[in-house]
Amino acid sequence: MSPAITVRNLVKSYGDHHAVQGIDLDVEEGEILAFLGPNGAGKTTTIEILEGFRERTSGEVTVLGEDPQSAPLSWRERIGIVLQESEPIPELTALESVTMQAAYYSDARNPSEVLEIVGLTDSADQRTRKLSGGQKRRLDLALALVGNPALVFLDEPTTGFDPSARRESWDMIERLRDLGSTVLLTTHYMDEAEQLSDRIVVIAGGKIVARGTADDLARQVNAVTQITWRPNPSDPKPPDRLGWTDDGHGRAVIGTNDVVVNLHALTTWASEMSVDLPELNVARPTLEDVYLQLTNVSEDVA
Amino acid sequence: MNAFARLRHQVSFDLLIFRRNPAAAFFTTVLPLIFLVIFTSIFGNNTLENGAKVATLYVPGILTLAIVSATAVNLAITMTTRRERGMLKRVRATPISPWTFIVSQAIAGFVISAFMTVLIIVIGRVLYGVELQLDQLPILVVSLLIGAMSLSAIGIALTVIIPSEDAAPAVTNAIMLPLYFISGVFVPDTEVPEWVTTVGNLFPVSHLNQALQGSFDPISTDIPLPWDHWLVIAGWGIVCGVLGLRNFRWTPNR
Repeated sequence: MSPAITVRNLVKSYGDHHAVQGIDLDVEEGEILAFLGPNGAGKTTTIEILEGFRERTSGEVTVLGEDPQSAPLSWRERIGIVLQESEPIPELTALESVTMQAAYYSDARNPSEVLEIVGLTDSADQRTRKLSGGQKRRLDLALALVGNPALVFLDEPTTGFDPSARRESWDMIERLRDLGSTVLLTTHYMDEAEQLSDRIVVIAGGKIVARGTADDLARQVNAVTQITWRPNPSDPKPPDRLGWTDDGHGRAVIGTNDVVVNLHALTTWASEMSVDLPELNVARPTLEDVYLQLTNVSEDVA
Repeated sequence: MNAFARLRHQVSFDLLIFRRNPAAAFFTTVLPLIFLVIFTSIFGNNTLENGAKVATLYVPGILTLAIVSATAVNLAITMTTRRERGMLKRVRATPISPWTFIVSQAIAGFVISAFMTVLIIVIGRVLYGVELQLDQLPILVVSLLIGAMSLSAIGIALTVIIPSEDAAPAVTNAIMLPLYFISGVFVPDTEVPEWVTTVGNLFPVSHLNQALQGSFDPISTDIPLPWDHWLVIAGWGIVCGVLGLRNFRWTPNR
């Protein structure tokens, strides 16, 4: 089966500003891929090129077998798009909005069923101006799904949401998997990318800096476990052989991939010297650390 | 769904949206009627020598006002608003043809104009004794059709020069209000200096007003079809339509 999306050496420049600098990307059919990166990394520029809203400077792009720049209107039959900023028509109800748009497609889903998929059945007859922010986002998704798309683009689906609204949206996006759609979503939340996607592509400064599952990414940056404690100033200094450093805030830090050996050396020394290790802590790297490390490294390079 | 059914579907939704938009509904449907009442109150409604009522002279202007408002003004404001709120971009993300979407807006404008024409004629007849000259009905129908379509095209062209949602009513009114005054809509041609009429005649609003006057002219019989007026209106419509569609933007300016 051919991939749903193929991108080769995609470049987009605005004068001297190079928003996208040579991206390669493959999205397989049925896959949920997260495009992760900080604001201004080139996520929206890339997704808008894939959606056919922007023209690229150079490179090759194929989406569902067509070049988005020259695809016929019928290509849009198979694509659903949730735009980053798009309001519903305030004069229509949720159900009317979906019904109006359903007629644009030759193989549309039943509008009521689509509202049920996104959990808006109870608000079907509400004017959209009265919907909450979260409900409007659900309606956005309903409008993207009504055409029964093979491929769905979600551009920052939960930006600006409170934590509970985010959870709800995540549940909803999870259901896309059950519908069998291929999904490309952009986000600047590492946890969102991990929660929703099969695979993550990290973009920073217009370039892809890492790709793989969340675990792959953690391995790629070679993130180390950190052993920390806060030495009493009156106690003897730990010997250098423990490999510790001062973090500048009164804490001692040992970064290691061999926690058992290092921790054993530390505690052996401490018990021999009868030294206490206040606030002793062993922390595995969080995904957030991995993400920050990835995107920072790339910015240093750029 | 075939192209015709799709068009009908979209027009019905556009009319629904119009009905539920209080500002659009007020300025297009209520305001022209208020002007009709005000004019007849101020200037009276005496019977002229030929037996016609004075209000007969106001009705074509009121009709022009209603048609311009239902098409050019309404489209310029709502399409700019929809563009800036990302609604048009969403439309563009679907397989509906841009042509179908925009033509349906013009058809909706025509339907609203036709409804207003009937309403104004009925009110003019019932309240003020204004007689529609039935043998000149074809002039009314064709003027309505050409006028609504051309002014819709002008509305689409206006969206191109309007930068933001906030600017839409201001820009539209800054263009249309002076035009009403120099086009015989509010003040009869006979009451203004000739150069004003000359300037007014460069624009389509004046010609729509003059074409519609023929349908109510109680004096002359055998009025020729107003081809000259229709041509000017249609010319504006075609030029604005081509320029408007060519430069139409579906994505916000932000």
